[in-house]
Amino acid sequence: MTETTATIDNGVNVEALLGARGAITEDPAFGQFTWRATNSWVNGTHSRGEVERFYGFSDEQAHSKKFTFDADHPLQFAAEDHGATPVEIVLVALGGCLTGGVASIAQQRGIQLRSVTATIEADHDLRGILGADPDVPNRFSAVRVDYTIDADASPEDVQALVAQSQKRSAVFDLLTNPTAVTVKVASI
Amino acid sequence: MQSVTTVVIGAGHSGLAASRLLAEQAIDHVVLERGEVATSWRTQRWDSLRLLTPNWMNQLPGLSYDGPDPDGFLTAPEVVELVSGYAALSPVLTGTTVTSVQPDGVGFRVATDGGAWSARTVVVAAGLTRGVVPPVASALPGGITSLHAIDYKRPDQLPEGGVLVVGASSSGVQIAEELQASGRPVTLATGEHVRLPRRYRDRDILGWMDTVGILGERWDEVDDLVRARSLPSLQLIGGDRTIDLNSLQDQGVRLAGRLGGIQGDVLQLAGSLPNVCTLADLKLNRLLATIDAFAGGTGERSEPTRVPDAPLTLDLRSGEIRSVVWATGIKPDLSWLDVPTYDASGRVKHDGGVSPWPGLYFLGLPVLRRRRSTYLAGAAADAIDIVAELRGHLARRATERWSVAQRSA
Repeated sequence: MTETTATIDNGVNVEALLGARGAITEDPAFGQFTWRATNSWVNGTHSRGEVERFYGFSDEQAHSKKFTFDADHPLQFAAEDHGATPVEIVLVALGGCLTGGVASIAQQRGIQLRSVTATIEADHDLRGILGADPDVPNRFSAVRVDYTIDADASPEDVQALVAQSQKRSAVFDLLTNPTAVTVKVASI
Repeated sequence: MQSVTTVVIGAGHSGLAASRLLAEQAIDHVVLERGEVATSWRTQRWDSLRLLTPNWMNQLPGLSYDGPDPDGFLTAPEVVELVSGYAALSPVLTGTTVTSVQPDGVGFRVATDGGAWSARTVVVAAGLTRGVVPPVASALPGGITSLHAIDYKRPDQLPEGGVLVVGASSSGVQIAEELQASGRPVTLATGEHVRLPRRYRDRDILGWMDTVGILGERWDEVDDLVRARSLPSLQLIGGDRTIDLNSLQDQGVRLAGRLGGIQGDVLQLAGSLPNVCTLADLKLNRLLATIDAFAGGTGERSEPTRVPDAPLTLDLRSGEIRSVVWATGIKPDLSWLDVPTYDASGRVKHDGGVSPWPGLYFLGLPVLRRRRSTYLAGAAADAIDIVAELRGHLARRATERWSVAQRSA
C-alpha cells in the first residue's frame, strides 16, 4: 500500500493538506477562513467579479494574482453575453470543488487518475426569478453531476472517491443546505 | 475526608468491571453511583429496546453467559438485572452524586453530595448520559413537541400526528419504526449513517465483525480516530431481523435529507440524501467483501438503498409534523470534572482511556481502546487494560516515593 501511494501522482500535495488538518485540529482559530470577492456593475446585466485576497491561517493572504470573472446573460435574454450567467458559475464552482476533492482523495487513497471529466446540469424553472408564479422558487429544482473517470481502481473504489468528495465538498454542502446570508447597502 | 486508592465513578457495567478487577488486584476502592446500579439502563432506555450485541458477546470480568439463549438479545430490564447481580461483590455507594473532581497533591479530591473522598487515582465510568441536539434545534417553533431519544420511552409520549425523527442511527431507525407502527406517520431526516444487515451468511453480523477482527481493532490502529469516535451508531436492532432505510420505507416511513435548517415555520432538509445512501451502501459492501475474503466465497448482497424523491422543506403550519424526536447522539456529561484535559473542540483528552493527567482514567466511551468499546461487550477487555495501566501508575508512584525517601535518608 505504501509503495503504491509513493508511485502515484495526481499532483496533489497530500502531506501539506494533512499537515494543515493537523495544525487546525490543534488550533481551530488557524482554520477560520474568510473568502472574499468584489463585484462591480459594468453595464446592463454585465458585472465583473474579482478575487484576490482572503483571510486564513490566522493572517491576511493573497492569491498569486488577481482573477476576474465576467457575469452576464446570453443574447437570448436580450443581454450582451459578456460572460457566463451567475447560475452557470455556480455549476462551475460545484464541478471545481468536487473534482478537486476527487483528485485529493485519490492521492490519499493511492489511486492514480488518468482522466476525470464531469458534466454538471441544473434544472431551473424561470417562472420563479421572473415573478411569473409565486409558488415557484428562484433556485434550481435539481442538479445532476455525471462523472467519467479513468483511474487505476475498481468501479466501486472510483464510486467511493466521488461519494467521499461530495461528503467533503464545501460547494456541495452550500447547495444542499441552507446558509445564512446578510446583505447590507450603503448609498453614496 | 475519606481516603481510598481508587474512586470509580459510575456503577454501570464498565465501572463494575473495573471494580471487579481492582478487587482482584487488592486495590482498595469505592464505586460512586449517582442513582442505583445501572441507572442509565433504568432511566434512559425506551421500553422496547434490546441490546445490539447477542448474549454470548456480553462477557464481563468473572461473568460469562451460560443461559439457554446465547444468540438472544437482552432487554433493558434484563441488563439491569444482570448488572445488579454483578454489582453484589463491589463496594458501591449508591445515591452519591459526584459534584467535582479536582487534582489534589498526590491524586484527586472527589467531592460528592455525601462528603468528599481523597483518591490517588480516579476511573471515570460515568456513561453517555447527555442527549445532544444540533444547533438548529433551538430554532424549532413552540407548539411542536420535542423529545430526545434518551428521554423516549414509548409512542404515547408524543401527540397523534406526524413525527420527524432526526437521525438514522440505531436509535433513530428503531424509534422511527415503532412510531410509524403506532399510527404516527414518520419522516426520517437522514444524514450520514452506517447500514448493516443483522445476519450475513447465516450468522450474526456482529459475530462476523468480531471474527474478522473489526470489533477488536485498536484505537491506535484506527485510520481516523476522531471520525470513528463520532460515527452514528450502527443501524441495527436487537433481534434476528434487519432494519434499514429500505425496510422502513416498506413500512411507510418517508425519508428526507439531514435537517439543515429551520427558518420560521419551515424545516429545511438537505439535498444530500442520495450521497449519504451511496456512502452507506459502499461501506456496507466493503464490509461484506472483507467478510467474504476471510470466509471464502461470496454471500448475498443487500438491495441498494432506494432513494426516494425526498422533500426539501416541511412547513410546520400544514400540521403534518406534530412532534420531533432527536436521535442525534449521546455524550458523556463530565461537567463536574475539573481537570484541565480538554482539547480545542472541548472533548476530553485521553489516549485509549488514559488521561494525560496522571492517575485519571476513562471507561465506557466510544472506541475507547477498540471498536468493541462502544458496546457492553467491550467493557471487559477495556477494564483489564485500564486497571493494568492504573496499577502501573501506582507502582511507579510507589517507586518514586521510595527513591525520594532513600535520598532524604
